[in-house]
Amino acid sequence: MQNEHGAEGTQAIDDMSRDIAFTTKLDAIVAWGRKNSLWPMPYGTACCGIEFMSVMGPKYDLARFGAEVARFSPRQADLLVVAGTITEKMAPVITRIYQQMLEPKYVISMGACASSGGFYRAYHVLQGVDKVIPVDVYIPGCPPTPEAVMDGIMALQRMIATHQPRPWKDNWKNPYEQA
Amino acid sequence: MNKLETLKQSLQGKFKIENYKFIHAVGDDVLEVPKEDVPALLKYLHDSGAFDFLMDVCGVDYPNRAKRFDVVYHLFSSKDSSRLRVKAQVGENESIGTAIPAYRGADWFEREAYDMFGIKFDGHMNLRRILTHHQFVGHPLRKDYDANLQQACTTSMPIHFNNEPGSPGDVLNEKYVPLNIGPAHTAMHGTLRVMAEMDGETIVRCNNEIGYLHRCFEKMAETHPYNQVIPYTDRLNYCSAPMNNIGYCKAVERLLGVEIPPKAQAMRVILAELSRIIDHTIAIGTGAMDLGALTSFFYMFGLREKTYGLFEKLCGARLTVSMTRVGGMAQDAPEGWFDEVLALCKEIRKGTDEMASMVVDNKIFINRTRGICPVSAQDAIQWGYTGPLLRASGVNLDLRKAQPYYGYDALDFDVPVGTSGDIYDRYLVRFEEMRQSVRIIEQVCKNVPGGDYTIRDKGIVLPEKKDVYGNIEGLMNHFMLIIKGLRPPVGEVYDATEAANGELGFYLVSDGSANPYRLKVRPPCFAIYQSYPTVVKGAQLADAIATIASMNLIAGELDR
Repeated sequence: MQNEHGAEGTQAIDDMSRDIAFTTKLDAIVAWGRKNSLWPMPYGTACCGIEFMSVMGPKYDLARFGAEVARFSPRQADLLVVAGTITEKMAPVITRIYQQMLEPKYVISMGACASSGGFYRAYHVLQGVDKVIPVDVYIPGCPPTPEAVMDGIMALQRMIATHQPRPWKDNWKNPYEQA
Repeated sequence: MNKLETLKQSLQGKFKIENYKFIHAVGDDVLEVPKEDVPALLKYLHDSGAFDFLMDVCGVDYPNRAKRFDVVYHLFSSKDSSRLRVKAQVGENESIGTAIPAYRGADWFEREAYDMFGIKFDGHMNLRRILTHHQFVGHPLRKDYDANLQQACTTSMPIHFNNEPGSPGDVLNEKYVPLNIGPAHTAMHGTLRVMAEMDGETIVRCNNEIGYLHRCFEKMAETHPYNQVIPYTDRLNYCSAPMNNIGYCKAVERLLGVEIPPKAQAMRVILAELSRIIDHTIAIGTGAMDLGALTSFFYMFGLREKTYGLFEKLCGARLTVSMTRVGGMAQDAPEGWFDEVLALCKEIRKGTDEMASMVVDNKIFINRTRGICPVSAQDAIQWGYTGPLLRASGVNLDLRKAQPYYGYDALDFDVPVGTSGDIYDRYLVRFEEMRQSVRIIEQVCKNVPGGDYTIRDKGIVLPEKKDVYGNIEGLMNHFMLIIKGLRPPVGEVYDATEAANGELGFYLVSDGSANPYRLKVRPPCFAIYQSYPTVVKGAQLADAIATIASMNLIAGELDR
């Protein structure tokens, strides 16, 4: 038997759609999908980068959070994990990397250095990566334990699921752009 | 006759040694010379075979002196493991001859001294900034530069080869394709940047730029009391943090003239060897990952996590343990810890063998690494290689054997040495070192000395917490030491340990105050990485990535 579209294979789907209904809003299901398929780009510059490797590694296994596919290309990632000290020399680079990421994009600042410069109150260290790019979640620690990183990722997932407003991102302007 | 007298006689007639000062300071031989003599003297010391290694070149700033800067050369002899420090004074607007004709490896060290102090080296072909960014104004390690004065950098340096932008190194050949790899690149480790000019897949010219993780370690050390520098040393080589703690504390202890108790020595040896193992696991794991084998990463991190578990038990921290203190350890090992280390040794041994069969016995791995970018023994010494890379090139030099400390001379272990210095040999040496480290740990753990874990000198070590909270004497002692800080006598010392990557040296100048006057780290991979453009010249692009992985570059100690 053919349906109105004339394709036989879609019969089963047609039947199913008559029997089953998902009662949800479109944006809710999109958010659910987004939060469970984060593709992190580890921007590991220093110690935190090693600790982030542990989070990806066999014991802590970030794959359980759907954030399994670590990509080192900004074009293939939607979550920038800034793991390590960002120096003044690195700041233009990370801004560019952030710009190259596709929407929707999120940023986690992992560890004391990335969040505030940490105990490097020093001439060549950027005093927090939020000076150049918008940060959604800050993870404390030097370096944070893997458990803390997971907590940070779960916090971000809650943010995505509940459509938290993100004024820091909406109002962000590239500090290196010519006015 | 001591070394200094022998040196004096050999220099007689060749140089005007009446202007020289021969000093024996805190166990080091120091030679103070006029700056005009330095290039010739270094050339002579090298060519006569007296000192074949130049370990470090650094500056020290004395703003109130007529000739403001000291330029210090640290020489080392692989024959009798003796050291010599050559010092020369240079004024504000003066320059000093370069040491590159004598020691090729002086290149980056001189650039660093220029960057940090503004000391100019005549005859250096490429004297420009190396650690700070190119828009930086001033020289940060001068005493009159504020530690907290940041200067924004707005653009990245364009691709350039060897010379200042604008000069021929900046002009790219239209026949070839310029290729920028890193920082933050799929094929590159973290903060490293390599710029290559490609003819098809072959590298015609290559240049590397560092400084993307320059965290001002040395300036931070100058602005903190001695014990507070320990957490900063953790973050030099964060793959084997405890070894940096140990190296630093050892230098301070030598300046203070104290010896730590046997138990502290044993704990330090265990910590150091465990760190060597986990450092090599990262080098091998990520190295194989760069060649396309992801399994090794997961496998190696399994071993590493178990070691971290033991660190956590020991002191509560995983990566950055800060476990040593000047004078010993921060606390004793918990009950049964040494037995757990012994149990872990069995697992590491098994894991290492399995891993070796997966990596170095693998046909693809062998084809990708054997005979690729070899470094000869002479070249390695000229560049100042130390550690596994030097030994892979066939030089049998290990400070644990050459200058034994903490009872390494009483332990039974071998130093693996390679033959060709290619990438394959480097991994073979690392695997064998892991096995030897297990041997060392087992020997120490089976025979842990009793006694205290730290010295009890009230001017150096904080009292135990029960005394601080329990009696007035302990409280006052704690208060005084926190407020006043521990104060080593005026003097200077260079002390080196065999870290996972090679010789980790600390040159420490004390003016008698609570902060180090100058602390210079000699990081092993700084000397190694400067040879990279030469090593990969003419190689394929994929080989260059394999080379960078085998060098095990840790940006924290490379850039400091």
